[in-house]
Amino acid sequence: MGILDSKVPAGPIESKWTNHKFNLKLVNPANKRKYEIIVVGTGLAGASAAATLGELGYKVKAFSFHDSPRRAHSIAAQGGINAAKNYQNDGDSIFRLFYDTIKGGDFRAREANVYRLAEVSGNIIDQCVAQGVPFAREYGGLLDNRSFGGAQVSRTFYARGQTGQQLLLGAYSALSRQINNGSVQMFNRREMLDLIVIDGAARGIVVRNLLTGEIEKYSGHAVVLATGGYSNVFFLSTNAMNSNATAIWRAHKKGAFFANPCYTQIHPTCLPLHGESQSKLTLMSESLRNDGRVWVPKKKGDHRPPNQIPEDERDYYLERKYPSYGNLSPRDISSRSAKEVCDEGRGVNGGEAVYLDLSEAIKRLGKKSIEEKYGNLFDMYANITGENPYDVPMKIYPAPHYTMGGLWVDYNLMSTVPGLFVLGEANFSDHGANRLGASALMQGLADGYFVIPYTIGDYLATTKFSPVSVTHDEFKKSEEGVKEQVKKLLSIKGKITVDEIHKKLGRLMWNKVGMARNEKGLKEVIGEIKELREEFWKNVNVVGKDNDLNQTLERAGRVADYLELGELMATDALNRNESCGGHFREEYQTEEGEAKRDDENYRYVAAWQFENVGKWNLHKEQLEFEFLHLAQRSYK
Amino acid sequence: MSWFWQFTNSSIGKKLTMAFTGILLIIFLIIHLAGNLSLYGGEKAFNSYAGTLEIVKPLIRIIEILLALIFILHIFNGIRVWWENKKSKPIDYAINAKSKNSTLFSRTMIHTGVVVFIFLIIHLVTFWYPYNAGGGELNLYQLVSGRFSDPIYGWFYIVAMLLLGFHLNHGFQSAFQTMGWNHKKYFSLIQLIGTIYATLIAIGFASLPIYFLYFHGR
Amino acid sequence: MNNNLNLKLKVWRQSNPKAVGAFVDYNVSVSPDASFLEMLDELNNELEKNNQEPVVFESDCREGICGTCGMVINGEPHGPLRKIATCQLHMRNFKDGQTIWVEPFRAKAFPIIKDLAVDRSAFDKIIQAGGYISVNTGSAQDANALPISKDIASDAFDSAACIGCGACVATCKNGSAMLFVSAKVTQFALLPQGQPERQQRAEAMVAKMDELGFGSCSNTYACEAECPKGISVRNIAKLNHEYLSAKCKSTNVEA
Repeated sequence: MGILDSKVPAGPIESKWTNHKFNLKLVNPANKRKYEIIVVGTGLAGASAAATLGELGYKVKAFSFHDSPRRAHSIAAQGGINAAKNYQNDGDSIFRLFYDTIKGGDFRAREANVYRLAEVSGNIIDQCVAQGVPFAREYGGLLDNRSFGGAQVSRTFYARGQTGQQLLLGAYSALSRQINNGSVQMFNRREMLDLIVIDGAARGIVVRNLLTGEIEKYSGHAVVLATGGYSNVFFLSTNAMNSNATAIWRAHKKGAFFANPCYTQIHPTCLPLHGESQSKLTLMSESLRNDGRVWVPKKKGDHRPPNQIPEDERDYYLERKYPSYGNLSPRDISSRSAKEVCDEGRGVNGGEAVYLDLSEAIKRLGKKSIEEKYGNLFDMYANITGENPYDVPMKIYPAPHYTMGGLWVDYNLMSTVPGLFVLGEANFSDHGANRLGASALMQGLADGYFVIPYTIGDYLATTKFSPVSVTHDEFKKSEEGVKEQVKKLLSIKGKITVDEIHKKLGRLMWNKVGMARNEKGLKEVIGEIKELREEFWKNVNVVGKDNDLNQTLERAGRVADYLELGELMATDALNRNESCGGHFREEYQTEEGEAKRDDENYRYVAAWQFENVGKWNLHKEQLEFEFLHLAQRSYK
Repeated sequence: MSWFWQFTNSSIGKKLTMAFTGILLIIFLIIHLAGNLSLYGGEKAFNSYAGTLEIVKPLIRIIEILLALIFILHIFNGIRVWWENKKSKPIDYAINAKSKNSTLFSRTMIHTGVVVFIFLIIHLVTFWYPYNAGGGELNLYQLVSGRFSDPIYGWFYIVAMLLLGFHLNHGFQSAFQTMGWNHKKYFSLIQLIGTIYATLIAIGFASLPIYFLYFHGR
Repeated sequence: MNNNLNLKLKVWRQSNPKAVGAFVDYNVSVSPDASFLEMLDELNNELEKNNQEPVVFESDCREGICGTCGMVINGEPHGPLRKIATCQLHMRNFKDGQTIWVEPFRAKAFPIIKDLAVDRSAFDKIIQAGGYISVNTGSAQDANALPISKDIASDAFDSAACIGCGACVATCKNGSAMLFVSAKVTQFALLPQGQPERQQRAEAMVAKMDELGFGSCSNTYACEAECPKGISVRNIAKLNHEYLSAKCKSTNVEA
């Protein structure tokens, strides 16, 4: 077990959270305003946490590198949010959502956390509806649901193809209300560059004001990180341009363990690459797989236009391989299958793309109904590719999308640094080795609205705090360190731009730490990343000044962190001699090419402790499955 | 009453003032035109129409005062909105693509409005003042037909009415929009009626000088 | 590549909010499949290689939903195409040899920060003034306890689809934020959840909008035409009505 204590409460799984909530110490309402809580990141998890903590009466300082909390990348989630409401009467339950999530995560998540997630999922929907989130409804006026990958029930609530936007705007409105009340102080355009740890506990942060370049210091009694995932290590991903790992990485370097960094999700339904200048990849909601059929030509080298390929010469490979889940197979499986058929040379025009075909659904349900359901997605596709998806099947290919790994947290969402809490995609807690569709929104909001408000109170109530201000030596030391790095970056004045190095890193990661990994590749890539890192620090060119809005400098700092994180991802992938979920090691597969887990040796969370750049210590949190039976995942 | 001043000075309050006075002026124009059209009936018809109005002079005076207030509110509030709006957009774009997203009528309300305002003053000086100063002794038909037969005044009048039509074409539907009466089903109908109304008003008024310039007595 | 487009860019450069800006010419060659922002990425990469400061512009999701990007391209916010954000504009919509003018959003309430980046925090302040339903976490009733007709939910969604990019303000000759404000007010006015604070919301948000220096609406409807989400000006009519009725009915006599 080592030094990792998950603090999972004892007792039956159904009552763990209820009992735990009762056992948590409370902070007297009058005392709450004496506690200052720093929330970094104001996406779904951060905004919901900041708003709720503000409502409770804490003094909250919220930070975002955006110009407004409404820009956070949660906004781009399209498909929906899961909740075990069983409104459809199709046999859903908290236990089933729990089961689906654990199974979807290939038995690499902590049972108690996932059960709690399923348990509060219904409250999230209630809360969001009360905020005025315009979810899709049936004619009778009740909420509509659709189904999503990895589940056989309809439990996904949605607001056309813009669910993330509507949920984020809901959380943003709650946050705005608290800002107006004065209980939350909002700091926009600030990028967290360091975590302040005093006497072993998180007591503040150091940020760069992105407009003025000023280094600012803020102290508090606890720090909450909700800064999202790190898919942009791949350069090309579905993440927003500015999504980055800097906050969690700097916290990691200050003592927070990084868990399961190699668990990355490659989303099966993204638009294929168009060329060298491509800056990011665009996701098409997985909900399209509800009505769409995925196929490639049966014959290699069949370059006919899709409409001219007859039915019996098409390979609906997901339906063929996984008859019971078919096109709704989980993301990791769908992605890998696409890679397989393309590697066989059967991709569209021999390249890296497969068809996502909705023509049958258009025929069955009518163009109008499809337009209502997916209109904005179709428009988006047409606009980007210049092709009309109502006439020609869409072309899709997998792309990095989500990172299940993140900072290690216990049941209270506290990291290995006391007082540092981590929410949403930034932590590792709920999705195991693979996340199911429509579960990210659920987790972000569960953490922010319904978990952290309880657990942070216990920490504050049970901790003795010495007064700390920003004049403390640790703040000064950190400020100097941050300024030093900025100066260093600006002084190299080499030959290669930040983007060029980032693209190089992205290609390395995609080729060797992407959808399929092997020992040889991983060993190679660790060396290559080290070399690239050296090249970066010797030869990067960061133009502009430090006391100014300098986007190149912002990116340079982030890429510097990716160059360290990338190595950890490869190290973790190399350590994990099994295949599970999004982590597929070519050496470990069944005869049919499915992921082969090794529960005996790898049924643990790999939590990495930072020692030095390029050097980590591995700690293991053994995963116990008391309530679910460990089984090989089968979607056949 | 502080809420009331706050309301009328708010951005929406100012627009509601424009819309409300605008709608009243729209109605006034119909009545005015109906009266003017009696010019086609000849001297007797027109003067008897004017004579009828003389009988209810006290009522007319009250209406005139109200009308003056409405005009002043509409004009000065309009100029104020324009001036304040200019301050909200201190710098314009180097390349102008306004024609791609809005109509000329909607963008030139201040210009057409100012022309109509100047016209209004000249109009009052030309007709209203001599008539009222004349103590009812004046032959109004002679005055009107005389001015309309003057090519300079006649053409000024025609151009002013054309611009009034432009102003009304946008103003009509704009007033409905500002009052909050924009319904998916009916708004295109309102826009159509507005255009028909504006066209009829412009043609109706402008037809008089054209008639006196080119057709009357030939 | 042979099918690259050769374009002449005239980009507004301004080093800080108070500096005097000017257009700077750049010649670029770009793939027709690239997006407009990817073209600027490439330009910036070239500038950086030559030790020149890249053009500052903001963007994030590049899927047209976050509302971060926004520039005026040949006189139109988000460029010549309808219902897309700048990040969704692809170069295939331009002709080889064309000159493209790129300017920042201009309005008194959106001061320029640097080059093409502007400060739109005024939008946040308007939302903070009342763009929410006051419901504390945990106090909500069951989601299905409140049936809402499909049409109303759908209309509310249409209003809620606003991405807060500011194109409406940028294109309005009056620098008015009516489309933005009305979309939020309408969303909540349509829904039963929004009723308790309906009057107060309309009053507070409009007052804040006026205070921040936005102009008033003169119904040119340029905002609707340029809105990347196609938010209808019917929302503005609705706001006018909401505001008038709030002013008439509310008991707030102070303001």
